[in-house]
Amino acid sequence: MIKTVASVKLPVNETLEIRKSRFSSENGGNGKRISIVTGIHGDELEGQYVCYEVARRIQENPEYLHGTVDIYPAMNPLGIDSITRGIPGFDLDMNRTFPGNAEGAMTEYLAKKIVEDLVGSDLCLDIHASNIYLTEMPQIRINELHKETLVPLAKIANVDFIWVHGASTVLESTLAYSLNSRNVPTLVVEMGVGMRLTTEYGIQLTDGIFCLMKHLGIWSGEVKEVKKPLLSEDPDEVSYLNSPLSGIFLKEKLHGSYVQKGEEIGFIFNPFTGKKMAEILAPETGLLFTIREYPVVDEGSLLARILKNHSDN
Amino acid sequence: MEKVTLYTIPSLYRDDFRIEGYVFGKGEKSLCILGNMRGNEYQQVYTCSQMVQVLKKLEEEKRLIQGKEILVVPSLNPCSMNIGKRFWPTDNTDINRMFPGYLLGETTQRIAAGIFDTVSQYKNGIQLASFYMPGKFSPHVRIMKTGFENVEKARTFGLPYIVLRMPKPYDTTTLNYNWQIWETDAYSLYTTTTEQIDEESSRNMISSILRFMSNNGMIVYPLEGKRDSKVFRDEELISVRPRTSGTFRNKITVGQIVKKGEILAWILDTCEGNILEELKAPVDGKIFFQFSDPLVYANTAAIKILPDSI
Repeated sequence: MIKTVASVKLPVNETLEIRKSRFSSENGGNGKRISIVTGIHGDELEGQYVCYEVARRIQENPEYLHGTVDIYPAMNPLGIDSITRGIPGFDLDMNRTFPGNAEGAMTEYLAKKIVEDLVGSDLCLDIHASNIYLTEMPQIRINELHKETLVPLAKIANVDFIWVHGASTVLESTLAYSLNSRNVPTLVVEMGVGMRLTTEYGIQLTDGIFCLMKHLGIWSGEVKEVKKPLLSEDPDEVSYLNSPLSGIFLKEKLHGSYVQKGEEIGFIFNPFTGKKMAEILAPETGLLFTIREYPVVDEGSLLARILKNHSDN
Repeated sequence: MEKVTLYTIPSLYRDDFRIEGYVFGKGEKSLCILGNMRGNEYQQVYTCSQMVQVLKKLEEEKRLIQGKEILVVPSLNPCSMNIGKRFWPTDNTDINRMFPGYLLGETTQRIAAGIFDTVSQYKNGIQLASFYMPGKFSPHVRIMKTGFENVEKARTFGLPYIVLRMPKPYDTTTLNYNWQIWETDAYSLYTTTTEQIDEESSRNMISSILRFMSNNGMIVYPLEGKRDSKVFRDEELISVRPRTSGTFRNKITVGQIVKKGEILAWILDTCEGNILEELKAPVDGKIFFQFSDPLVYANTAAIKILPDSI
């Protein structure tokens, strides 16, 4: 059943609607609800496949469903439709508008309605795909303020990595912060890359979502055994590599690979001269969990992130 | 005057990104004036350019007070302005959401850090700022209420209004907020327009800055003395919001006095042209902000009124 969460009439012959798809067991089951959210950033599409796959699997075996699964595939429909990260027309990052305001501008009103609709969920997953520049291993990011509740849940989500990061005031305007502070445990997933679908990650996370559903008693079907994720709770464990200069970046290592200190993970070149401008060397031994996908870089552009002190043996 | 380069990023295919400033006088770092940080802030860069002209003249006439140093940075973001883009060309980030910046971080964090290192050394800071929404403002000075704000000194601009803003989470990464935290008396000045040049409003803003400089011992100039500025919190402004989306036809101008019940604007059906809604003044007051785009979304704070009761 598709329901409208929020609706706003646009100026010319169009209504903006944020919709969700609800799957419920016939008798309401155990009364528990999980919400799968994606598409807050219009250029992050990895969650599309997850929504499809969750909905498909539920309908394949509806007898195993004992609660409610709400799927919100497009929180920012105008952004998805126009390949725009933020909310078109406002030049605004939707994930900086929460918890919203019913009396505020359209964007604040939508944010408010979204939060209202999600409150009451027993668990929420907000699926992101990094951005168009970076590729990420499937991971869950957790604000340290909420780690006690969230880390045990994240361990069931079948991701490769759980990153507990420091609190920052600016993050208080995200959907996850708003929900977590309203007692809706919300896991932020980052995986893959903007503007693309990575099927294997979609399947991996979907397997994890069914494990979480089983944990909540919403699903009684068979589930896969989950991966044991790496857990990082110390901000100093993550090392950032930023471009030393402007040029074209070519990656030589894939995300998810283990690198040795000093190993080349890519280089920056100059097409005019046919020369390498810089070799990008791993500053630490560890797991390369983020790597730059988009070749054009400015000085400072993020090239990679490494989780230090982790090796594959 | 000395022209200085404050921050540079070499580019592969474009000219180097350069932030240039104009230094007047030597000595105590007294005042820093910043123009556009976003690519659409034409009125802001224009006003700064005219400020450079005025300061050059004052320097020639030996009316700058000895031992005071003034820095004017008309454009902190030439790269975006040259291509008509509001935010950073490659990743669409906003420099004014990156302060205090990080020299080893991402590009706009580095720009913010590179600039902040210089501008935070000044005792007073003025940013010619713009609103997120297209529209016209009553000229005013805006101060973030951080606990470090200096409202008394704000009065020395002689502007009619001083607006205090309680910082929201996303404000904590703006220049104005961080300037205050690092002990600069920081003021955001709003002229009437952003994307169009409004000559009169620009001239008035320059006069206000000169009055501020004169009152605070930086120049010898006939404009002196405080003015009885009205001080209020931004949430005390009364927003008038349409219930429907459509064509926005404005009836009023900024600064106009309106009576409760007076029609301020109409919302028309965009295709059929009939009036869908009349926006009326909910209180007696003065128009403080007026939306300027041809189409409006429902619930936009299209008009803000400063009520007479304040």
